[in-house]
This record gives sequence, structure tokens and C-alpha cells, in this order.
Amino acid sequence: MGPEEWQAVALSLKVAFWAALASLPLGIFVAYALARWRFPGREILNGLVHLPLILPPVVTGYLLLISLGSRAPLGAFLQNFGIVFSFRWTGAALAAAIMGFPLMVRAIRLSIEAVDTKLEEAASSLGASPLTVFFRVTLPLSWPGILAGAVLAFAKALGEFGATITFVSNIPGQTRTLPSAIYAFLQVPGGEGAALRLVMISIALAMGALILSEILARRMSGGGRS
Amino acid sequence: MSLHVDLKHRFRDFAVDLDFEVPEGITVLFGRSGSGKSTVIRAIAGLFKPDHARISLDGRVLCDSEAKLFLPPHKRRVGTIFQDARLFPHLTVAQNLDFGRRFSRRDVPEREVAQMVEMLGIGALLERRPDGLSGGEQQRVAIGRALLSGAELILADEPLAALDEGRKAEILPYFERLRDEIAIPVLYVSHSPAEVARLATTVIALEAGRVIGEGAADLVLSDPAVLPVGTAGAGALLRATVHAHHADGLTELSAGGAALFLPHLETPVGHPVRLRIAAQDVMLSLDRPTGLSALNILSGVVSQISPTQGAGVLVVLDTDAGRVLSQVTRRSVAALNLREGVRCHAVIKTVSIARDNIGA
Repeated sequence: MGPEEWQAVALSLKVAFWAALASLPLGIFVAYALARWRFPGREILNGLVHLPLILPPVVTGYLLLISLGSRAPLGAFLQNFGIVFSFRWTGAALAAAIMGFPLMVRAIRLSIEAVDTKLEEAASSLGASPLTVFFRVTLPLSWPGILAGAVLAFAKALGEFGATITFVSNIPGQTRTLPSAIYAFLQVPGGEGAALRLVMISIALAMGALILSEILARRMSGGGRS
Repeated sequence: MSLHVDLKHRFRDFAVDLDFEVPEGITVLFGRSGSGKSTVIRAIAGLFKPDHARISLDGRVLCDSEAKLFLPPHKRRVGTIFQDARLFPHLTVAQNLDFGRRFSRRDVPEREVAQMVEMLGIGALLERRPDGLSGGEQQRVAIGRALLSGAELILADEPLAALDEGRKAEILPYFERLRDEIAIPVLYVSHSPAEVARLATTVIALEAGRVIGEGAADLVLSDPAVLPVGTAGAGALLRATVHAHHADGLTELSAGGAALFLPHLETPVGHPVRLRIAAQDVMLSLDRPTGLSALNILSGVVSQISPTQGAGVLVVLDTDAGRVLSQVTRRSVAALNLREGVRCHAVIKTVSIARDNIGA
């Protein structure tokens, strides 16, 4: 494998890792809100979260470009604080995080909904404030789902193409992730060999992530039982 | 310490309208399911917001709808023992017991935890997870957890209802010790006359969301007008002391000078016991019966005759041992010409004083 291919693999892992990790707190918060709170606009929030799942990825990428691009007001504003997304790996991570967000929220929400609210009642009757109940009861009990959500988001981020290429283009070493690299190799004559190797790596990474999440989830719930 | 509850709430199909006081000891909210018991418990715990309520614990207002005051559950210092133990499955028994301690305003010393573990007999379970425990063990841990949270009031919402008879018998003594050893009011919800007779210091009888009788347990239970769970659950509470253990396997009790015989009790001589005598286990006879196998015959004067639904009548007999209820038919009342003031005899079959109706 050539350095270009390795570069794409390493970048993809970095982008996917940060996409999953950075969106996790917000993912847990949104999942909790959707699972436990009744508030006006709940359906709208639910719709917004799921939108990237249904919209063409190009549209998501374009929306990111016109809102966070260096010439967009918000993008320019963030630039003052040194936060730059356009044509950077951070932008690729952002695009991947948004695309993986619905999957993450869905998995976490299901596991929070599976936590018996009677246990939360019991905790509050023992004197635990709502925040403590969340951190000491709800969160530990929904841990397998949270982990599964994070791994799903990670796997989704590894494969994200449409929104990423629209938002941050296809710059080797900056934004050329695995799918973009495969796409690039397929555009040049004689690139099929490299493309095929990256395809194999993509499949291996995705399978590995899913198997890892299964094992972790099983160990977590098994640990609770023994 | 006392709890005052004034509560009104209208549900779609029924209304709750209650006003009562909970003194120290165990106060049993006694009524059928659907009589509003759980509503009361949830309102006191802060898990439910009634239309109108004023609830105060020892002068501390927990809820006052007039003043728009509603303390959240975690600020009430009210420990709840639920029907399902609700232990935290991701924590060990020791961690469960410890859960409420860190939030307690009162410092709960390590010594108190050790005493509680000892009293509840859960020392061998401390490192285990709740799902490996039996229902009775889980409930014991739940009792300890609530008591160690520094609560100033304990609510017990039918804590035995989900357990089988053997497990109930296992838990009841712990509530007795709670009543006798810990100076904290307990509001205990039950629909079981046997539990009420065994545990209650005070009884608040509920029917369809209203209080139909309240007061000392023996007075409420022997009142034929207060039948929160129907005639079948009617029965008087007698207080007796163990007088002697006889060689033929019987234990002799003394209640107000009258002797009662029971199959052998473990309780030592001189110790007090509570007896529940179900109204349907008591026959009446005008003359002192002879040639009868029943050992327990109490002589007394009819103080009240109260018709119940159907052909039945509850007769209240004032005996030396206390008030005894007897369920007989209208026909018998007419045949014996029973009236208030008539002296007659209550015949109680020894075996009918069921073992789980006896409490120390």
C-alpha cells in the first residue's frame, strides 16, 4: 500500500473517532430529552435529528458549506476564535458527526427508554437530585446503548462521502477520507488496485467496529449480572 | 414527629378527599386496591401532584397547593419502600444501601449501617448484585436502603404484596422491630387484615378515597362500621401476654385475665403478643358450652349488633380479653334473641387462630 492510501486510512480513523466522541455528549442529551421530556417542539427536534438520514447527503454538505464556509457569516464569526471547518479535517469530522447523529441518538434513546423510571423515582426518594439520578442511575443503566450508539456513529463516519466531499472537498491529507480516496482512485486510469485495497480495508473496519460494539455491549450487561 | 396530610384530588372516575394525621409508630392505610392508598403515598413522596394538598412533616411543609409550594421528591426526606424492591441493578447490595446516605442531611454513621445490616440479616449479601437475590432478600435490602437515607418518614407501599406467604413471614418481623425500635413514623399501606393486626399502632381505614375510620388499631379493627376490605376481613385485635408453655404442646396466653390456648409459640413467657381473631372464626352461644372440643371460650356482653350485606350480622362482644367480633347470620340473631346487653359466649376454635395472625 502506498503512503497516499495509508494517509487516507489514518485520516478516516481520526475523523471518525472525533466525530463520534465529540457528538456523544450532545447525542446523550438529545436522546434523553426525546426519551424523557414532553416539551413543545419535541417532534420538530426529533425531525431535525433524523433529517440527515433522509436528506440527500449533498444537501447536508451544501447546507454546511453555506452556513459554515469561510465566507458565510457564521463561519467567518467562528474563524475569529480559531474555529475553522471549511476544507479542514475538522469539517470532515463535523459532516460525519451530523450524518451519524441520527443513528447515535436512536440507539441511545432506545436504551434510555428501556431504563425503568421506577428506579429513577426510587433514587429521587432517596434524596438524589435529578442530575444525580441521571449520572448515577440512568446513565450507567443505559451504558450498553450509549456505547452501541457511539460505535454506530463511528462506523457511519468512516463511510461518509456525500456531505464530506460537498462541504470540505477532497484534499489529500486534509479531507481525503477512505470513501473520497476510493472515489479519487477510481477517477484515474490504473487506480483500481488501490481502490480495491481501500474497499477491503473499509469493510474490515466497519465489521470490526460492529463486532467490537457487540462484545462491549455484551460484557457490560454481563458484568451487571454476575 | 408527625405527618399531617390534607389531600383532595379528582380523577376521571373517582375522587380522593382525605385529611389525617400520622403519629409515631406504624400507621396503616388500610383499604382495598382502588381506595386511593397509592395516590396518598405518591403525593406524600412528591411523585404525584394533587389538585389540592397541604402536607407537612413535623411542621416542615412538603406541599401546599395554596402557596404553590411543591418540594421535589429528593428534598422531602421521605424514604419510600416500594412494592417491587426497586434496587439498582448495576450496584451491589452494599452500594444500594449506601445510595441514600450521601444525600442525607443527617450524618448516618458507619455504626448505624452495621446495625441495620445486622438487624435485617443481610450481612452475607453485601457484595452481591440484586438480581441474584430472592424477593424477600431484595425487600430487606430496600428497607435498609430507605432507613439509611436519613429519612424523617418512611412510606411503605404494600411492601409485602409481591411476596409469597413464606417471604411475608420473613419480612414482617423486621417491620415489627422498626415499629418498636426506631422512632420514626411509618405510613404503611396494606389491604391485608392480618398485616394490619400484626403491625399497626394506628389504623386509617380508607374506602373510595375517603377516611371511614381512624384511631388506635384495636379500636378501629373492632368497629363493625369500619370494614375497608369487606366483612370477610373483619376481625378484632387482642393484646395478650404469654402465660405458660404446656407439656401437651399448647401455649397459654393471658388476655385481660382470660386464658387463651394456642399451638406452641416460640415467644418466651411474659412477652406480649397480638392476636387477630377473624369474625368468621367466632361462634356465639348463650349458655357456656359444654361437651365442645373448642378450647377458647370468652364470656362477654353484646355491645353492638351491626347488619352487613346479605344474611350476615356482625356482633360485638365486650369480653375480659377485649372486644371480639363475631360474624353470624340474621337468623341466628333472631333464634338466640341476641340484643345489646345480652351476656353470651364467644367460641373460638384453637386452630382458627392462624399462625401468621399472631405477632409479637
